[in-house]
Amino acid sequence: MTATAGVTQRAYFGAGIPEINLSSLRGRLIVIEGPDSAGRSTQIRLLRDWLERRGYASAQTGLKRSRLVGKKLQDVMQGYSLGPLTFSLYYATDLADQIENVIVPALAADFIVLADRYVYTPIARDVVRGVDVRWIEGVFGFAIVPDVVLYLDVKPEVLAERVLGNLHYLDYWESGMDIHRDGDMYASFISYQNLIREQFLAMAPTKGFHIIDGDRDAEEVARELQKTVESTIDLP
Amino acid sequence: MSIQDGKTTMPGKLITVEGLDGSGKSTQIGLVKRWLELEGYKVFFTEWNSSPLVESATKAAKKRQMLSPTTFALIHGTDFADRYERQIVPLLHAGYIVLSDRYVYTAYARDTVRGCDPVWIRHIYRFARQPDLTLWFRVPVDVSLARAVGRRPNLNYYEAGMDLGFSTDRMESYRVFQTKIHETYERMSHEFPFHIIDATRPAGEQQQEFRDLIRDQLDLSQYIRPHVPTEGSP
Repeated sequence: MTATAGVTQRAYFGAGIPEINLSSLRGRLIVIEGPDSAGRSTQIRLLRDWLERRGYASAQTGLKRSRLVGKKLQDVMQGYSLGPLTFSLYYATDLADQIENVIVPALAADFIVLADRYVYTPIARDVVRGVDVRWIEGVFGFAIVPDVVLYLDVKPEVLAERVLGNLHYLDYWESGMDIHRDGDMYASFISYQNLIREQFLAMAPTKGFHIIDGDRDAEEVARELQKTVESTIDLP
Repeated sequence: MSIQDGKTTMPGKLITVEGLDGSGKSTQIGLVKRWLELEGYKVFFTEWNSSPLVESATKAAKKRQMLSPTTFALIHGTDFADRYERQIVPLLHAGYIVLSDRYVYTAYARDTVRGCDPVWIRHIYRFARQPDLTLWFRVPVDVSLARAVGRRPNLNYYEAGMDLGFSTDRMESYRVFQTKIHETYERMSHEFPFHIIDATRPAGEQQQEFRDLIRDQLDLSQYIRPHVPTEGSP
């Protein structure tokens, strides 16, 4: 997966999906990455408002939202029994279904697709679990390279405060409890989120991520996202 | 878990069977399982498309014809990965004889016939170790077709390969699909060390050949099930 986001020519990361011709897709694919409570859904809402105000139709997609396996994957994750290879392939199935049934039809209709996480989250999660990065990147060879990837960067301590303030508990997977070694759940959350963050920051230069400081007022973050989108992609 | 290439130092043995629907492979491996169990060996049986975490989603998707070649490949890969991570690998570490009704070769055949990139399909399954023994139950397509259809007169959409558009007639589509799968097995038999079983022979003879192969290639004394004290024993 050497492809970099932001390229003008639409491409797949690998062999792609045999039945889908990319040249007919004129919309744009914007990916928002970042941990839970980094502000992804708020920012997607603000980005959508901004696009619609300017006359661009948008569609939304995100992990675990496919008709095919979205609900089942959410249920299975409640049982805490997925191994890392299964986890990735499940996410891949979920994303492939959305690419075929949501993303491609929207791009074909000139929509701006806002993806709430994409291939990068499952890749980062697997790499910190010791899975070969070449394997996991190759599995996602069917995916379309996005036009821009915006990574909302928030320090784990700040995230923990936000999560606990909102939900009053830490999520099992977001705390890396399946690979947890010492300390309590808070300690696990911090060390796991640090590992994931390191993966994202390491991927950023080669994959062309725009790192956005998410530890600011939502309006301020939104303005930076809009500026980045305007300067990196040519809205149709 | 890292990617494994080839054999590892796990003490268990992995035995897999491949073949068309109606080739008789499931009957044969089922009998081998009974034999090994009754003789007191550590044996575990797993089959294609049976992970409790995935299978119900696959079933529902097939019923509603929601699968494309890409998602068909990925959902079966997910099912396999779950059984591989949670059962096959731990049991091989624990010194079991693991019997698998279909293995990665089934995906290589079906998914490439469906038009997926063959390099990508093999890549998905790169984490899977090579079996210690693979038997290909080879049978002419007409024979397996007659057996399979006799058993399940209502072939489902994907079994019949209806998603591939070979024919609007379900039987004709199934025949074309199975013929292509058969050709893929034929090609793979030159690439992988398949032990070919002539599956037109009497079932009892095939079973003897299967058991002879196992006795020949495995030192069965290493797989004897340890005595487990039953509840209430001193």
